[in-house]
Amino acid sequence: MVSDLFPLTLKGAETSRRGKRLVGPIDLSLDGQGLCVVIGPNGSGKTTLLRLMHGTARLTGGEVSWACDTATARHHQAFVFQQPVVLRRTVEENLTYPLQLRGVARKQARAAAREWAAKVGLEPHLTRRAMVLSGGEQQKLAIARALITDPALVFLDEPTASLDGRAMREIEAILLQAKADGTRLILSTHDMGQARRIADQIVFMLGGKVHETGPAPAFFEAPQTPEARAFLQGDIVE
Amino acid sequence: MHDPPATSWRLLRTGLVSPRKTGHFHAKQAKGGSAIVDLWEGLRHAFWLVVTFDAELADIALRSLRVTLTALFIACLIALPLAALLAVRRFRWRRATIAMLNALMGLPPVVVGLIVYIFLSRSGPFGALGLLFTPTAMIIAQVIIIVPLIASIAHQSLRELWAEYHDLLISLNVTQMQKMCTLLWDARRALLTAALAGFGRGIGEVGAIMIVGGNIDNATRVLTTAIALETGKGEFALALALGFVLIALALGVNLLIHWIGQTERDSRW
Repeated sequence: MVSDLFPLTLKGAETSRRGKRLVGPIDLSLDGQGLCVVIGPNGSGKTTLLRLMHGTARLTGGEVSWACDTATARHHQAFVFQQPVVLRRTVEENLTYPLQLRGVARKQARAAAREWAAKVGLEPHLTRRAMVLSGGEQQKLAIARALITDPALVFLDEPTASLDGRAMREIEAILLQAKADGTRLILSTHDMGQARRIADQIVFMLGGKVHETGPAPAFFEAPQTPEARAFLQGDIVE
Repeated sequence: MHDPPATSWRLLRTGLVSPRKTGHFHAKQAKGGSAIVDLWEGLRHAFWLVVTFDAELADIALRSLRVTLTALFIACLIALPLAALLAVRRFRWRRATIAMLNALMGLPPVVVGLIVYIFLSRSGPFGALGLLFTPTAMIIAQVIIIVPLIASIAHQSLRELWAEYHDLLISLNVTQMQKMCTLLWDARRALLTAALAGFGRGIGEVGAIMIVGGNIDNATRVLTTAIALETGKGEFALALALGFVLIALALGVNLLIHWIGQTERDSRW
């Protein structure tokens, strides 16, 4: 399925609000392999870029195109937010929700929910209200809910921000497993350690534009621009 | 020591026994009257009316419940989807509609009663239906009164939930109907409060249903109109007794709905 969606191409894509350009123009092409990490300082447009690609931010110029039609592409995507959004239901009901929207039978949906709860370590909490889970558990639930429909692509907007090391490690393990299972992941972060650990491809954002892009090892070894170099060294880049 | 007022409302109403003939009333009048004595008399009468299971009281109380619960059910069918629609959908007159709903919460029941009366009277547009002075007319009036109340309170809850769910539901690409159903289901306990507010307004309503129902014995008389009637006749203790029955009924229904809805239980919303 991934091959049906990609390449994802952005041509002069931009978004503005009240006459102020937030992001763009962006020209970028992403293929359907591995884990792409979008990095950059706060306010550089990482989240907006992810939303533009996903189709939840309004495109005010340029275009975002997929190898298939947009509706099909949207159907095979999921999005995980920085602050986990959990429904006011039990863990199991949260997991079955996207399946129910797609008309999956209740019995099958519940079986899938149990399977995914076990995969992310939430099986003991299946019947608990999602709101009473810890932040890390809620984020794992959000990721499991995104992956349960077997999407070709998952966007993750700083999924481990404000989580401790252990929760971060657990979530990274889930993401790497998803990648191994063939799901394309596009993740934003400003945690350089995380980017180094999991990235296959880097998109470096600065000032609402894609400043540099390339394979992760090459980017971390020898960034092409002084701004990227300064960012990797921990300098303040604006 | 005074004997308990072992009398039914029927006896009181037929004039065979009058609360004014009781020792307490004489004592009260001899002392120049006391609101506390009236309250005490009311409580005693309410107690005896209930324990003797007065048939007429039961009939009136059941009619009150039937009219208000039917009106509440119909009002919820209108108000809750409307509230959900106003929460998730952006359209040109949305803000004006919300402002109008909020304003209509204070709709004067007498005016509603008058308008419904005009519409249902023989010369009115729906006169041929013959609904005036029937419980159906009372239900119509109550629905008009409580729909804005339920819709406004429900909209407040749903708007907050929508702010929480917005990004997720948009990313899941759900339809408007699915959004509305999700919000209504997940906010069901908050919506119960809206429904209970509507019930409270409906069960205590007197102006509109007096006009469109006519307070006809054995037909359209409900607790509130009976209270108004007895107060007009100067039967304050009986009116208070009916008032206490009304309060007990309202509290009972509220507690029952809370119990059914499992609100305020551990780990629940």
